[in-house]
Amino acid sequence: MNILKNRDVLLAFALVLLIGGVAMRFPAFVRPANLVNVFNDTSPLILLAIGQMIVILTKCIDLSVAANLALCGMAAALLNGMGLPLPLILLAAVLMGGALGAVNGLLVWKLGIPSIVVTLGTMTIFRGSIFLMTGGAWVNAHQMSDGFKALPRMVILGLPVMSWVALAAIALFSVILTRTPLGRSFYAVGGNPHAAVYTGIDVGRTQCIAFMISGALAGLTGYLWVARYAVAYVDIAGGFELQVVAACVIGGIAIVGGAGSVIGAVLGALFLGVINNALPVIGISPFWQMAISGSAIVIAVALNATQNRPKGRIILKEVTPT
Amino acid sequence: MSIIKKALATAAMTTALMAQPALADDMRIALVVKALGIGFFEAAARGAEEAAAELGGVEIIYTGPTSTTAEGQIEVINALIAQGVDAIAISANDPDAVAPALRRAMDRGITVISWDSGVAPEGRQMHLNPSSPELIGNTIIRLAADHLPDGGDVAILSATSTSTNQNIWIEEATKALPNFPGINLVATVYGDDLADKSYREAQGLMQTYPDLRAIIAPTTVGILAASQAVTDAGKIGEINVTGLGLPSEMAGAVESGATLSFAIWNPVDLGYAATMIAHGLASGNATAEPGASIPMGRIGDAVLDDNNEAAMSDPFTYDASNIDEFKSIF
Repeated sequence: MNILKNRDVLLAFALVLLIGGVAMRFPAFVRPANLVNVFNDTSPLILLAIGQMIVILTKCIDLSVAANLALCGMAAALLNGMGLPLPLILLAAVLMGGALGAVNGLLVWKLGIPSIVVTLGTMTIFRGSIFLMTGGAWVNAHQMSDGFKALPRMVILGLPVMSWVALAAIALFSVILTRTPLGRSFYAVGGNPHAAVYTGIDVGRTQCIAFMISGALAGLTGYLWVARYAVAYVDIAGGFELQVVAACVIGGIAIVGGAGSVIGAVLGALFLGVINNALPVIGISPFWQMAISGSAIVIAVALNATQNRPKGRIILKEVTPT
Repeated sequence: MSIIKKALATAAMTTALMAQPALADDMRIALVVKALGIGFFEAAARGAEEAAAELGGVEIIYTGPTSTTAEGQIEVINALIAQGVDAIAISANDPDAVAPALRRAMDRGITVISWDSGVAPEGRQMHLNPSSPELIGNTIIRLAADHLPDGGDVAILSATSTSTNQNIWIEEATKALPNFPGINLVATVYGDDLADKSYREAQGLMQTYPDLRAIIAPTTVGILAASQAVTDAGKIGEINVTGLGLPSEMAGAVESGATLSFAIWNPVDLGYAATMIAHGLASGNATAEPGASIPMGRIGDAVLDDNNEAAMSDPFTYDASNIDEFKSIF
């Protein structure tokens, strides 16, 4: 009974149902090789959803993740063109992503601007910067070195490196969020900022760190994305930030902050990933595909709303006439 | 930087203006492009020079603004009117904004045609399209059929389900299908011009249709993503990815063999044809009226429709034999 109330378990159950439903129409979908493919394909979404989840925990939102991804991805592609060795490129992408996240974080922290406004602005600035860096030109497959393109697809123990990166991030941030003072402070800041201040937590600083984590993950994903699709241009991952936020919402991360888990975000991302990968093979008209993705989000939010609604508290007892 | 560029461009133009009168006997055809320094248009200028050499007694003035603005083009057009050129062939940054200036040019007896990117009908005598929906539709199926002598299943990976251009091309491709016996179009899917969605759709096609032999993507993002998906699935040689793409973007896919051939307009031919037509009209050998047929040298004849528009030719096919030559151009 108790286990049914756990949202993550429910979502995992829904995910299995979904995969089962797809398998009824297209049996090859549940072949292990294909499931590995689906997980690998969803890895960028998982990475960004974890970062986004931490930001949402602190009562903020980061709409610039996809633009950050695109900017760092383009920078990685250009650095590769200049002949920089791969480890340095990876380091540069992560640091650059973190720095871009810090820009968001500092604006939220020091100037107190609402995060949705800050990140809407930086989203356009980041995309614009790619245009300035390249003049709108593309970096294409033949302009990238083989090693640069090969890393995310290299298979270790049956899984591509990109999947391993996602698994590592899941493990790392599960531990950070549940076992470290920093992780707990994200929950505290979002759950009750005033109480957090009394316990000695700097709310703005914690939010800034959340943005830096989200940015660093976006930077890393930027490299993975560009290497995987072997192309970098201004519009890569256009509109991806909405999928990332949707993954968090489906995963039961409270949009008002303070509640959610890494597993929730991962399950939310996988849910969208399965839908994204299933729609092309089950032969549903493209006109329906968007409606289906949209419905999944609305249903998830509706479930959230009914589950999280606090029961009314009776302040005054009803007067019983004597 | 931009000021220096502009100053240089102005200086260059002034020099060009002063140099002109010496060659007054030659017919002077101005090739006005969207902006200077774009590989595609530099290639078109090469084609124009080729036409000039073939015709003899023609001087090409290759010019354009330093950035792709209509205002910049209007300045250039005004300078050309003052200079008294014989013909202007323009690829417009804005179909309406440049029309009044071109109208003035026509009032002074200058032949005006547009090519590549058109001008509103009142601002030009005719427009030369690089190709037409029928020719494109036919070409994309032919590209797949060329490498499938025994026929086979093919699928189309388009942009969004509402992209006007792609939908017209696909409609024409479907009409052309009966001309290619054995070619069986099994599905049309939409990658929304997003690399990740196009990649997934291509993967989906390969899973759903195990006998698939070719993926046709009439969009640059789609053709790239599909060739990457085919490469990652280890199906190079089994599935040929083709469609419309740019040589600079497709060089990697052609090199790996995922794409055997693809098509897009040839800028050299386009500059050549525009020059031939401008010459024909300016010399009075041809008139721009609906139904007229204007010779374009080695390319054939341009036949004008009711809007005085003509299509040059099939899109040009690029493959391993010519990709290296074109990948640095555009």
